[in-house]
Amino acid sequence: MNPRPAILMLPDETAKFRVRDLGVAYGGTPALRHVTINLPDRQITALIGPSGCGKSTFLRCLNRMNDLILTARIAGKVLLDEQEILGNQIDPVELRKRVGMVFQRPNPFPMSVYDNIAYGPRRHGIRARGTLDQLVEQALVQAALWDEVKDKLRQSALDLSGGQQQRLCIARCLAVQPEVILMDEPSSALDPISTFKIEELLLELKAQYTIVIVTHNMYQASRVADYTGFFLTGDLIEFGPTVEIFERPVDQRTDDYVRGRFG
Amino acid sequence: MEDGHQETAPTTRIAVRLPGRSPRARATERVIQGFLTLTLLSVIIPVLLIIFFLATKGAPALNWAFITQDPAMRMTAGGIRPAILGTLYLVTLTTLLAVPIGVMAAVYLTEYARQNALTRAIRLAIINLAGVPSVVYGLFGLGLFVYFMNFGTSLLAGACTMAVLVLPLIITASEEALLTVPAAFREASLALGVSKWQTIWRVVLPTAMPGILTGIILAVARAAGETAPLLFTCVAFYLFSPHEAFSWLHVPAQVHDALFNQIMALPYHLYTISTQVPKAPDTVKWGTALVLLILVLGMNLIAILLRSYLRRARRW
Repeated sequence: MNPRPAILMLPDETAKFRVRDLGVAYGGTPALRHVTINLPDRQITALIGPSGCGKSTFLRCLNRMNDLILTARIAGKVLLDEQEILGNQIDPVELRKRVGMVFQRPNPFPMSVYDNIAYGPRRHGIRARGTLDQLVEQALVQAALWDEVKDKLRQSALDLSGGQQQRLCIARCLAVQPEVILMDEPSSALDPISTFKIEELLLELKAQYTIVIVTHNMYQASRVADYTGFFLTGDLIEFGPTVEIFERPVDQRTDDYVRGRFG
Repeated sequence: MEDGHQETAPTTRIAVRLPGRSPRARATERVIQGFLTLTLLSVIIPVLLIIFFLATKGAPALNWAFITQDPAMRMTAGGIRPAILGTLYLVTLTTLLAVPIGVMAAVYLTEYARQNALTRAIRLAIINLAGVPSVVYGLFGLGLFVYFMNFGTSLLAGACTMAVLVLPLIITASEEALLTVPAAFREASLALGVSKWQTIWRVVLPTAMPGILTGIILAVARAAGETAPLLFTCVAFYLFSPHEAFSWLHVPAQVHDALFNQIMALPYHLYTISTQVPKAPDTVKWGTALVLLILVLGMNLIAILLRSYLRRARRW
Protein backbone atom coordinates (compact mmCIF):
# COMPACT_ATOMS: atom_id res chain seq x y z
CA MET A 1 0.00 0.00 0.00
CA ASN A 2 2.71 2.47 1.04
CA PRO A 3 5.73 1.94 -1.17
CA ARG A 4 7.77 4.67 0.54
CA PRO A 5 11.04 3.34 1.95
CA ALA A 6 11.65 4.03 5.65
CA ILE A 7 14.72 6.08 4.80
CA LEU A 8 14.08 8.22 1.78
CA MET A 9 17.18 8.78 -0.34
CA LEU A 10 17.00 12.28 -1.79
CA PRO A 11 18.88 12.76 -5.06
CA ASP A 12 22.55 13.64 -4.56
CA GLU A 13 22.21 16.81 -6.66
CA THR A 14 19.79 18.43 -4.19
CA ALA A 15 21.77 17.42 -1.11
CA LYS A 16 23.93 19.79 0.92
CA PHE A 17 25.29 16.98 3.06
CA ARG A 18 25.76 13.43 1.88
CA VAL A 19 26.25 11.18 4.87
CA ARG A 20 27.45 7.63 4.23
CA ASP A 21 27.57 4.88 6.82
CA LEU A 22 28.35 7.31 9.64
CA GLY A 23 29.10 5.75 13.01
CA VAL A 24 30.22 7.36 16.26
CA ALA A 25 31.33 5.77 19.51
CA TYR A 26 32.24 7.51 22.75
CA GLY A 27 34.90 5.56 24.60
CA GLY A 28 33.79 2.29 23.01
CA THR A 29 30.06 2.88 23.56
CA PRO A 30 28.34 3.27 20.21
CA ALA A 31 26.22 6.42 19.96
CA LEU A 32 25.40 6.32 16.28
CA ARG A 33 25.37 3.40 13.84
CA HIS A 34 25.57 3.26 10.05
CA VAL A 35 23.65 6.39 9.22
CA THR A 36 23.24 7.01 5.50
CA ILE A 37 21.22 10.05 4.52
CA ASN A 38 21.14 13.03 2.18
CA LEU A 39 20.29 16.35 3.81
CA PRO A 40 18.59 18.73 1.37
CA ASP A 41 20.06 22.09 0.42
CA ARG A 42 18.19 25.20 1.61
CA GLN A 43 15.52 23.23 3.39
CA ILE A 44 14.86 22.64 7.05
CA THR A 45 15.58 19.13 8.26
CA ALA A 46 14.41 18.23 11.74
CA LEU A 47 15.97 15.41 13.73
CA ILE A 48 13.72 13.92 16.37
CA GLY A 49 13.95 11.07 18.83
CA PRO A 50 14.14 10.40 22.56
CA SER A 51 17.12 11.53 24.67
CA GLY A 52 20.29 9.63 23.94
CA CYS A 53 19.13 8.51 20.48
CA GLY A 54 22.17 9.98 18.72
CA LYS A 55 20.56 12.97 17.04
CA SER A 56 22.85 15.52 18.73
CA THR A 57 25.85 13.31 18.06
CA PHE A 58 24.87 13.25 14.41
CA LEU A 59 24.51 17.04 14.35
CA ARG A 60 27.94 17.52 15.91
CA CYS A 61 29.54 15.43 13.18
CA LEU A 62 28.39 17.94 10.59
CA ASN A 63 30.63 20.71 11.98
CA ARG A 64 33.21 18.44 13.63
CA MET A 65 32.32 19.60 17.13
CA ASN A 66 32.77 15.97 18.17
CA ASP A 67 36.49 16.58 17.69
CA LEU A 68 36.44 18.33 21.05
CA ILE A 69 35.48 15.09 22.76
CA LEU A 70 38.70 13.13 23.02
CA THR A 71 37.06 9.75 23.43
CA ALA A 72 34.91 10.07 20.31
CA ARG A 73 35.68 7.69 17.44
CA ILE A 74 34.06 8.45 14.13
CA ALA A 75 33.71 6.21 11.09
CA GLY A 76 32.08 6.71 7.71
CA LYS A 77 31.91 9.63 5.34
CA VAL A 78 30.25 13.03 5.34
CA LEU A 79 30.37 15.17 2.22
CA LEU A 80 29.55 18.86 2.30
CA ASP A 81 28.79 19.69 -1.31
CA GLU A 82 31.55 17.62 -2.93
CA GLN A 83 34.03 17.79 -0.10
CA GLU A 84 34.75 15.09 2.47
CA ILE A 85 34.70 16.79 5.89
CA LEU A 86 35.60 14.06 8.36
CA GLY A 87 39.17 13.44 7.22
CA ASN A 88 42.35 15.39 7.63
CA GLN A 89 42.02 17.07 4.23
CA ILE A 90 39.79 19.72 5.77
CA ASP A 91 40.57 22.12 8.58
CA PRO A 92 37.71 21.88 11.10
CA VAL A 93 38.18 25.57 11.93
CA GLU A 94 37.53 26.45 8.27
CA LEU A 95 34.62 24.02 8.12
CA ARG A 96 32.91 25.71 11.07
CA LYS A 97 32.92 29.02 9.21
CA ARG A 98 30.73 27.36 6.59
CA VAL A 99 28.67 25.32 9.04
CA GLY A 100 27.48 27.44 11.93
CA MET A 101 25.85 26.19 15.11
CA VAL A 102 23.28 27.43 17.60
CA PHE A 103 23.18 25.70 20.95
CA GLN A 104 20.49 24.54 23.33
CA ARG A 105 21.06 27.25 25.91
CA PRO A 106 21.60 30.79 24.68
CA ASN A 107 25.34 31.36 25.15
CA PRO A 108 26.15 34.99 24.36
CA PHE A 109 29.64 36.10 25.32
CA PRO A 110 29.85 38.45 28.31
CA MET A 111 30.31 41.41 25.96
CA SER A 112 28.11 44.06 24.41
CA VAL A 113 25.46 43.15 21.85
CA TYR A 114 27.61 44.70 19.13
CA ASP A 115 30.79 42.90 20.14
CA ASN A 116 28.95 39.58 20.27
CA ILE A 117 27.86 39.89 16.65
CA ALA A 118 31.15 41.40 15.48
CA TYR A 119 33.15 38.68 17.25
CA GLY A 120 33.14 36.21 14.36
CA PRO A 121 33.88 38.68 11.55
CA ARG A 122 36.61 40.31 13.65
CA ARG A 123 38.33 37.00 14.30
CA HIS A 124 38.23 36.33 10.59
CA GLY A 125 40.10 39.51 9.89
CA ILE A 126 37.45 42.13 9.23
CA ARG A 127 38.58 45.30 10.95
CA ALA A 128 36.99 48.14 8.99
CA ARG A 129 34.53 49.91 11.23
CA GLY A 130 31.99 50.53 8.46
CA THR A 131 31.99 46.93 7.26
CA LEU A 132 31.56 45.67 10.80
CA ASP A 133 28.69 48.07 11.45
CA GLN A 134 26.97 46.84 8.31
CA LEU A 135 27.53 43.19 9.12
CA VAL A 136 26.19 43.65 12.64
CA GLU A 137 23.07 45.43 11.47
CA GLN A 138 22.46 42.94 8.67
CA ALA A 139 22.82 39.94 10.99
CA LEU A 140 20.52 41.46 13.61
CA VAL A 141 17.92 42.33 10.97
CA GLN A 142 18.09 38.78 9.61
CA ALA A 143 17.64 37.39 13.11
CA ALA A 144 14.61 39.68 13.65
CA LEU A 145 16.31 41.34 16.58
CA TRP A 146 17.38 44.69 15.15
CA ASP A 147 14.33 46.68 16.18
CA GLU A 148 14.58 45.43 19.75
CA VAL A 149 18.28 46.10 20.26
CA LYS A 150 19.27 48.88 17.86
CA ASP A 151 19.32 51.38 20.72
CA LYS A 152 21.31 49.15 23.06
CA LEU A 153 24.10 47.81 20.92
CA ARG A 154 26.61 48.92 23.57
CA GLN A 155 24.80 47.22 26.42
CA SER A 156 25.78 43.84 27.74
CA ALA A 157 24.19 41.00 25.78
CA LEU A 158 23.42 39.41 29.13
CA ASP A 159 20.82 42.09 29.83
CA LEU A 160 18.64 40.71 27.03
CA SER A 161 15.84 38.24 27.72
CA GLY A 162 16.41 34.54 27.08
CA GLY A 163 14.57 34.64 23.77
CA GLN A 164 16.46 37.73 22.63
CA GLN A 165 19.74 36.11 23.67
CA GLN A 166 18.97 33.08 21.51
CA ARG A 167 18.18 35.28 18.50
CA LEU A 168 21.41 37.13 19.26
CA CYS A 169 23.23 33.78 19.06
CA ILE A 170 21.56 33.13 15.72
CA ALA A 171 22.62 36.58 14.55
CA ARG A 172 26.17 35.93 15.76
CA CYS A 173 26.17 32.77 13.70
CA LEU A 174 24.74 34.56 10.63
CA ALA A 175 27.39 37.30 10.85
CA VAL A 176 30.03 34.78 9.78
CA GLN A 177 27.85 34.13 6.69
CA PRO A 178 27.75 30.34 6.88
CA GLU A 179 26.05 28.10 4.34
CA VAL A 180 24.54 25.79 6.91
CA ILE A 181 23.07 26.43 10.35
CA LEU A 182 22.95 23.55 12.80
CA MET A 183 20.62 23.98 15.74
CA ASP A 184 20.70 21.80 18.81
CA GLU A 185 17.29 22.18 20.48
CA PRO A 186 17.45 25.95 20.04
CA SER A 187 14.22 26.73 21.82
CA SER A 188 14.09 24.14 24.57
CA ALA A 189 15.12 26.74 27.16
CA LEU A 190 12.67 29.37 25.89
CA ASP A 191 9.07 30.37 26.52
CA PRO A 192 6.37 29.71 23.86
CA ILE A 193 6.42 33.24 22.42
CA SER A 194 10.19 33.25 21.99
CA THR A 195 9.93 29.78 20.50
CA PHE A 196 7.36 31.02 18.01
CA LYS A 197 9.62 33.91 17.00
CA ILE A 198 12.54 31.55 16.43
CA GLU A 199 10.37 29.26 14.31
CA GLU A 200 9.21 32.16 12.15
CA LEU A 201 12.82 33.18 11.79
CA LEU A 202 13.83 29.69 10.64
CA LEU A 203 11.19 29.74 7.93
CA GLU A 204 12.62 33.01 6.63
CA LEU A 205 16.21 31.85 6.82
CA LYS A 206 15.71 28.69 4.86
CA ALA A 207 15.60 30.65 1.61
CA GLN A 208 19.34 31.19 1.99
CA TYR A 209 20.59 28.58 4.42
CA THR A 210 20.48 24.86 4.87
CA ILE A 211 19.12 24.32 8.36
CA VAL A 212 19.38 21.16 10.42
CA ILE A 213 17.55 21.30 13.71
CA VAL A 214 17.50 18.82 16.56
CA THR A 215 14.31 19.10 18.56
CA HIS A 216 12.46 17.37 21.35
CA ASN A 217 9.34 19.24 20.43
CA MET A 218 7.42 17.31 17.80
CA TYR A 219 5.07 20.17 17.11
CA GLN A 220 8.10 22.27 16.34
CA ALA A 221 9.35 19.68 13.87
CA SER A 222 5.94 19.45 12.20
CA ARG A 223 5.60 23.25 12.04
CA VAL A 224 8.97 24.18 10.57
CA ALA A 225 10.65 21.19 8.97
CA ASP A 226 10.46 20.17 5.32
CA TYR A 227 12.06 16.83 6.12
CA THR A 228 12.23 14.90 9.34
CA GLY A 229 14.52 12.12 10.52
CA PHE A 230 13.68 9.88 13.45
CA PHE A 231 16.53 8.41 15.50
CA LEU A 232 16.30 5.67 18.11
CA THR A 233 19.19 4.29 20.19
CA GLY A 234 21.81 5.30 17.65
CA ASP A 235 19.97 4.20 14.52
CA LEU A 236 18.28 6.34 11.94
CA ILE A 237 14.87 4.66 11.79
CA GLU A 238 13.03 6.79 9.32
CA PHE A 239 13.62 9.83 7.13
CA GLY A 240 11.25 11.55 4.75
CA PRO A 241 9.02 14.56 4.15
CA THR A 242 7.75 15.83 7.50
CA VAL A 243 4.09 15.27 6.63
CA GLU A 244 4.79 11.65 5.76
CA ILE A 245 6.74 11.02 8.95
CA PHE A 246 4.00 12.46 11.14
CA GLU A 247 0.92 11.26 9.31
CA ARG A 248 1.93 8.06 7.56
CA PRO A 249 5.02 6.67 9.25
CA VAL A 250 6.29 3.45 7.73
CA ASP A 251 7.99 2.09 10.81
CA GLN A 252 5.95 1.09 13.85
CA ARG A 253 8.52 2.70 16.20
CA THR A 254 8.21 6.04 14.41
CA ASP A 255 4.46 5.76 14.69
CA ASP A 256 4.70 5.10 18.43
CA TYR A 257 7.05 8.00 18.96
CA VAL A 258 5.21 10.66 16.97
CA ARG A 259 1.97 9.65 18.63
CA GLY A 260 3.61 10.11 22.02
CA ARG A 261 3.47 6.46 23.08
CA PHE A 262 7.04 6.63 24.38
CA GLY A 263 9.95 9.00 24.73
CA MET B 1 6.29 -1.14 32.88
CA GLU B 2 3.78 0.79 34.94
CA ASP B 3 1.37 -2.12 34.71
CA GLY B 4 3.85 -4.35 36.52
CA HIS B 5 3.39 -2.40 39.72
CA GLN B 6 -0.25 -3.17 40.14
CA GLU B 7 0.32 -6.91 40.22
CA THR B 8 2.60 -6.89 43.25
CA ALA B 9 0.91 -7.37 46.61
CA PRO B 10 -0.17 -4.07 48.13
CA THR B 11 2.23 -3.14 50.94
CA THR B 12 0.90 -1.73 54.17
CA ARG B 13 1.61 1.95 54.39
CA ILE B 14 3.06 3.10 57.64
CA ALA B 15 2.39 6.55 59.00
CA VAL B 16 4.95 8.43 61.06
CA ARG B 17 4.49 11.70 62.81
CA LEU B 18 7.77 13.59 62.63
CA PRO B 19 8.59 15.09 66.03
CA GLY B 20 8.74 18.89 66.33
CA ARG B 21 12.06 20.65 66.69
CA SER B 22 13.26 20.16 70.25
CA PRO B 23 14.55 23.07 72.40
CA ARG B 24 17.85 21.25 72.47
CA ALA B 25 18.16 21.31 68.70
CA ARG B 26 17.51 25.04 68.73
CA ALA B 27 20.14 25.55 71.42
CA THR B 28 22.69 23.58 69.41
CA GLU B 29 21.98 25.78 66.42
CA ARG B 30 22.65 28.90 68.48
CA VAL B 31 25.82 27.53 70.04
CA ILE B 32 27.23 26.62 66.62
CA GLN B 33 26.40 30.05 65.27
CA GLY B 34 28.05 31.74 68.25
CA PHE B 35 31.12 29.57 67.87
CA LEU B 36 31.45 30.42 64.18
CA THR B 37 31.14 34.14 64.94
CA LEU B 38 33.92 33.82 67.52
CA THR B 39 36.14 32.08 65.00
CA LEU B 40 35.59 34.91 62.56
CA LEU B 41 36.43 37.51 65.22
CA SER B 42 39.63 35.68 66.10
CA VAL B 43 40.67 36.15 62.49
CA ILE B 44 39.66 39.77 62.15
CA ILE B 45 40.87 41.10 65.50
CA PRO B 46 44.59 40.35 65.03
CA VAL B 47 44.48 42.02 61.61
CA LEU B 48 42.82 45.11 63.05
CA LEU B 49 45.29 45.18 65.95
CA ILE B 50 48.28 45.02 63.60
CA ILE B 51 46.92 47.85 61.50
CA PHE B 52 46.06 49.85 64.62
CA PHE B 53 49.53 49.49 66.16
CA LEU B 54 51.31 50.22 62.93
CA ALA B 55 49.13 53.23 62.27
CA THR B 56 49.44 54.80 65.73
CA LYS B 57 53.14 54.09 66.19
CA GLY B 58 54.24 54.64 62.62
CA ALA B 59 52.16 57.68 61.73
CA PRO B 60 54.40 60.18 63.55
CA ALA B 61 57.32 59.13 61.33
CA LEU B 62 55.38 59.55 58.13
CA ASN B 63 56.11 62.73 56.30
CA TRP B 64 57.28 63.76 52.87
CA ALA B 65 60.94 63.72 53.89
CA PHE B 66 60.63 60.18 55.25
CA ILE B 67 59.59 58.77 51.90
CA THR B 68 61.73 60.98 49.67
CA GLN B 69 65.09 61.09 51.45
CA ASP B 70 67.92 58.64 51.83
CA PRO B 71 68.69 57.23 55.27
CA ALA B 72 71.09 59.43 57.23
CA MET B 73 73.25 59.30 60.37
CA ARG B 74 73.87 55.56 60.14
CA MET B 75 70.23 54.72 59.54
CA THR B 76 69.03 56.53 62.64
CA ALA B 77 67.53 59.45 60.78
CA GLY B 78 66.47 60.53 57.31
CA GLY B 79 64.10 58.63 55.07
CA ILE B 80 63.69 55.27 53.42
CA ARG B 81 63.40 56.28 49.78
CA PRO B 82 65.86 53.69 48.37
CA ALA B 83 64.06 50.88 50.20
CA ILE B 84 60.67 51.99 48.86
CA LEU B 85 62.01 52.22 45.33
CA GLY B 86 63.79 48.89 45.67
CA THR B 87 60.63 47.12 46.76
CA LEU B 88 58.63 48.79 43.98
CA TYR B 89 61.18 47.74 41.35
CA LEU B 90 61.36 44.25 42.74
CA VAL B 91 57.59 43.76 42.84
CA THR B 92 57.12 45.20 39.35
CA LEU B 93 59.85 43.10 37.78
CA THR B 94 58.69 39.98 39.62
CA THR B 95 55.14 40.51 38.34
CA LEU B 96 56.35 41.13 34.79
CA LEU B 97 58.33 37.88 34.88
CA ALA B 98 55.91 35.65 36.76
CA VAL B 99 52.50 36.66 35.40
CA PRO B 100 52.98 35.79 31.70
CA ILE B 101 54.75 32.51 32.50
CA GLY B 102 52.28 31.56 35.22
CA VAL B 103 49.17 32.37 33.19
CA MET B 104 50.48 30.61 30.09
CA ALA B 105 51.38 27.56 32.17
CA ALA B 106 47.83 27.53 33.54
CA VAL B 107 46.42 27.88 30.02
CA TYR B 108 48.51 24.94 28.89
CA LEU B 109 47.41 22.80 31.83
CA THR B 110 43.71 23.55 31.55
CA GLU B 111 43.18 24.05 27.81
CA TYR B 112 45.81 22.01 26.00
CA ALA B 113 47.28 19.25 28.16
CA ARG B 114 45.54 15.91 28.18
CA GLN B 115 44.38 14.98 31.64
CA ASN B 116 46.68 12.07 32.42
CA ALA B 117 49.22 10.88 34.99
CA LEU B 118 51.82 13.35 33.74
CA THR B 119 49.63 16.43 34.13
CA ARG B 120 48.44 15.20 37.50
CA ALA B 121 52.09 14.89 38.55
CA ILE B 122 52.80 18.40 37.25
CA ARG B 123 49.87 19.79 39.25
CA LEU B 124 51.05 18.02 42.38
CA ALA B 125 54.53 19.43 41.86
CA ILE B 126 53.13 22.95 41.52
CA ILE B 127 51.12 22.61 44.72
CA ASN B 128 54.18 21.30 46.54
CA LEU B 129 56.26 24.15 45.15
CA ALA B 130 53.93 26.52 46.96
CA GLY B 131 54.86 24.82 50.22
CA VAL B 132 58.65 25.12 49.88
CA PRO B 133 60.07 27.45 52.56
CA SER B 134 61.12 30.80 51.16
CA VAL B 135 64.66 30.50 52.47
CA VAL B 136 65.08 27.45 50.25
CA TYR B 137 64.05 29.56 47.26
CA GLY B 138 66.72 32.03 48.37
CA LEU B 139 69.41 29.38 48.24
CA PHE B 140 68.08 28.11 44.92
CA GLY B 141 68.16 31.65 43.50
CA LEU B 142 71.71 32.12 44.76
CA GLY B 143 72.84 28.96 43.00
CA LEU B 144 70.93 29.43 39.75
CA PHE B 145 70.59 33.15 39.11
CA VAL B 146 73.43 34.75 41.09
CA TYR B 147 76.18 32.25 40.27
CA PHE B 148 75.21 29.95 37.42
CA MET B 149 73.52 32.58 35.26
CA ASN B 150 75.97 35.14 36.51
CA PHE B 151 73.44 37.84 37.30
CA GLY B 152 75.38 38.61 40.45
CA THR B 153 73.71 39.91 43.58
CA SER B 154 71.24 42.09 41.75
CA LEU B 155 67.67 43.23 41.28
CA LEU B 156 67.37 40.82 38.35
CA ALA B 157 68.51 37.81 40.39
CA GLY B 158 66.16 38.81 43.21
CA ALA B 159 63.19 39.28 40.91
CA CYS B 160 63.85 35.96 39.14
CA THR B 161 64.00 34.18 42.48
CA MET B 162 60.85 35.90 43.69
CA ALA B 163 59.12 35.07 40.39
CA VAL B 164 59.81 31.36 40.92
CA LEU B 165 58.45 31.71 44.44
CA VAL B 166 55.16 33.30 43.37
CA LEU B 167 54.65 31.17 40.23
CA PRO B 168 52.66 28.46 42.05
CA LEU B 169 50.28 31.10 43.43
CA ILE B 170 49.65 32.52 39.98
CA ILE B 171 49.36 29.14 38.27
CA THR B 172 46.88 27.68 40.76
CA ALA B 173 44.72 30.81 40.88
CA SER B 174 44.74 31.11 37.08
CA GLU B 175 43.91 27.45 36.63
CA GLU B 176 40.93 27.75 38.94
CA ALA B 177 39.82 30.90 37.15
CA LEU B 178 40.11 29.23 33.74
CA LEU B 179 38.13 26.22 34.91
CA THR B 180 35.21 28.43 35.95
CA VAL B 181 34.83 29.82 32.41
CA PRO B 182 31.69 28.09 31.09
CA ALA B 183 32.33 25.49 28.38
CA ALA B 184 29.48 27.17 26.47
CA PHE B 185 31.71 30.19 25.76
CA ARG B 186 34.42 28.00 24.27
CA GLU B 187 31.89 26.05 22.19
CA ALA B 188 30.23 29.21 20.95
CA SER B 189 33.53 30.62 19.77
CA LEU B 190 34.80 27.40 18.20
CA ALA B 191 31.47 26.91 16.42
CA LEU B 192 32.04 30.26 14.69
CA GLY B 193 35.17 28.86 13.06
CA VAL B 194 37.49 30.64 15.47
CA SER B 195 40.73 28.85 16.27
CA LYS B 196 41.49 27.46 19.69
CA TRP B 197 44.15 30.02 20.55
CA GLN B 198 41.95 32.91 19.39
CA THR B 199 39.14 31.50 21.51
CA ILE B 200 41.41 31.39 24.54
CA TRP B 201 42.86 34.84 23.91
CA ARG B 202 39.60 36.62 23.09
CA VAL B 203 37.03 34.85 25.24
CA VAL B 204 38.47 32.51 27.84
CA LEU B 205 41.28 34.66 29.24
CA PRO B 206 39.24 37.89 29.45
CA THR B 207 36.47 36.00 31.22
CA ALA B 208 38.93 34.44 33.65
CA MET B 209 40.75 37.75 34.24
CA PRO B 210 39.14 38.64 37.60
CA GLY B 211 40.19 35.29 39.04
CA ILE B 212 43.66 35.60 37.56
CA LEU B 213 43.97 39.04 39.14
CA THR B 214 43.24 37.47 42.51
CA GLY B 215 46.30 35.30 42.00
CA ILE B 216 48.33 38.33 41.01
CA ILE B 217 47.20 40.19 44.14
CA LEU B 218 48.41 37.33 46.31
CA ALA B 219 51.66 37.16 44.39
CA VAL B 220 52.34 40.89 44.70
CA ALA B 221 51.70 40.87 48.42
CA ARG B 222 53.99 37.90 48.82
CA ALA B 223 56.76 39.39 46.71
CA ALA B 224 56.62 42.68 48.59
CA GLY B 225 56.78 41.02 51.98
CA GLU B 226 59.26 38.17 51.58
CA THR B 227 62.70 38.76 53.04
CA ALA B 228 64.56 35.46 53.02
CA PRO B 229 64.96 35.02 49.25
CA LEU B 230 66.30 38.56 48.97
CA LEU B 231 69.02 37.96 51.56
CA PHE B 232 70.79 35.61 49.18
CA THR B 233 70.11 37.30 45.90
CA CYS B 234 69.76 41.04 45.83
CA VAL B 235 69.57 43.20 48.92
CA ALA B 236 72.11 45.65 50.19
CA PHE B 237 72.37 47.05 53.70
CA TYR B 238 72.62 50.58 52.46
CA LEU B 239 72.57 52.28 49.09
CA PHE B 240 72.14 55.92 48.32
CA SER B 241 70.06 57.12 45.45
CA PRO B 242 71.96 58.30 42.41
CA HIS B 243 71.55 61.98 41.80
CA GLU B 244 71.99 62.36 38.08
CA ALA B 245 69.99 64.72 36.00
CA PHE B 246 67.46 62.73 33.99
CA SER B 247 68.11 62.29 30.33
CA TRP B 248 66.52 59.84 27.88
CA LEU B 249 70.00 59.15 26.54
CA HIS B 250 70.96 57.58 29.83
CA VAL B 251 67.90 55.40 30.14
CA PRO B 252 69.35 52.18 28.63
CA ALA B 253 72.46 52.40 30.76
CA GLN B 254 70.39 53.24 33.82
CA VAL B 255 68.07 50.29 33.23
CA HIS B 256 71.07 48.02 32.83
CA ASP B 257 72.59 49.41 36.01
CA ALA B 258 69.33 49.06 37.88
CA LEU B 259 68.89 45.43 36.80
CA PHE B 260 72.41 44.37 37.70
CA ASN B 261 72.87 46.34 40.89
CA GLN B 262 71.83 45.51 44.39
CA ILE B 263 68.72 47.08 45.82
CA MET B 264 67.43 47.97 49.22
CA ALA B 265 64.04 46.51 50.10
CA LEU B 266 61.54 47.49 52.77
CA PRO B 267 61.22 44.15 54.60
CA TYR B 268 64.99 43.73 54.78
CA HIS B 269 65.46 47.37 55.78
CA LEU B 270 62.98 46.84 58.58
CA TYR B 271 64.93 43.82 59.72
CA THR B 272 68.29 45.62 59.69
CA ILE B 273 67.17 48.75 61.49
CA SER B 274 65.38 46.63 64.07
CA THR B 275 68.25 44.25 64.79
CA GLN B 276 71.50 45.70 63.46
CA VAL B 277 71.18 49.39 64.27
CA PRO B 278 70.88 49.76 68.04
CA LYS B 279 70.20 53.46 68.02
CA ALA B 280 67.49 53.55 65.38
CA PRO B 281 64.46 55.30 66.88
CA ASP B 282 61.26 53.29 67.15
CA THR B 283 59.34 55.73 64.99
CA VAL B 284 61.59 54.91 62.04
CA LYS B 285 60.97 51.18 62.49
CA TRP B 286 57.21 51.55 62.84
CA GLY B 287 57.20 54.04 60.03
CA THR B 288 59.03 51.63 57.73
CA ALA B 289 56.60 48.86 58.61
CA LEU B 290 53.66 51.17 57.99
CA VAL B 291 55.02 52.23 54.61
CA LEU B 292 55.45 48.57 53.63
CA LEU B 293 51.88 47.84 54.66
CA ILE B 294 50.52 50.85 52.79
CA LEU B 295 52.51 49.89 49.71
CA VAL B 296 51.16 46.33 49.70
CA LEU B 297 47.60 47.41 50.45
CA GLY B 298 47.88 50.12 47.79
CA MET B 299 49.01 47.68 45.12
CA ASN B 300 46.30 45.26 46.17
CA LEU B 301 43.75 48.03 46.04
CA ILE B 302 44.66 48.82 42.45
CA ALA B 303 44.27 45.15 41.52
CA ILE B 304 41.00 44.88 43.44
CA LEU B 305 39.57 47.96 41.71
CA LEU B 306 40.67 46.61 38.35
CA ARG B 307 39.07 43.29 39.18
CA SER B 308 35.74 44.75 40.20
CA TYR B 309 35.80 46.93 37.07
CA LEU B 310 36.40 43.86 34.91
CA ARG B 311 33.69 41.92 36.73
CA ARG B 312 31.21 44.66 36.00
CA ALA B 313 32.31 44.97 32.40
CA ARG B 314 32.20 41.24 31.71
CA ARG B 315 29.82 39.57 34.10
CA TRP B 316 27.78 36.58 33.09
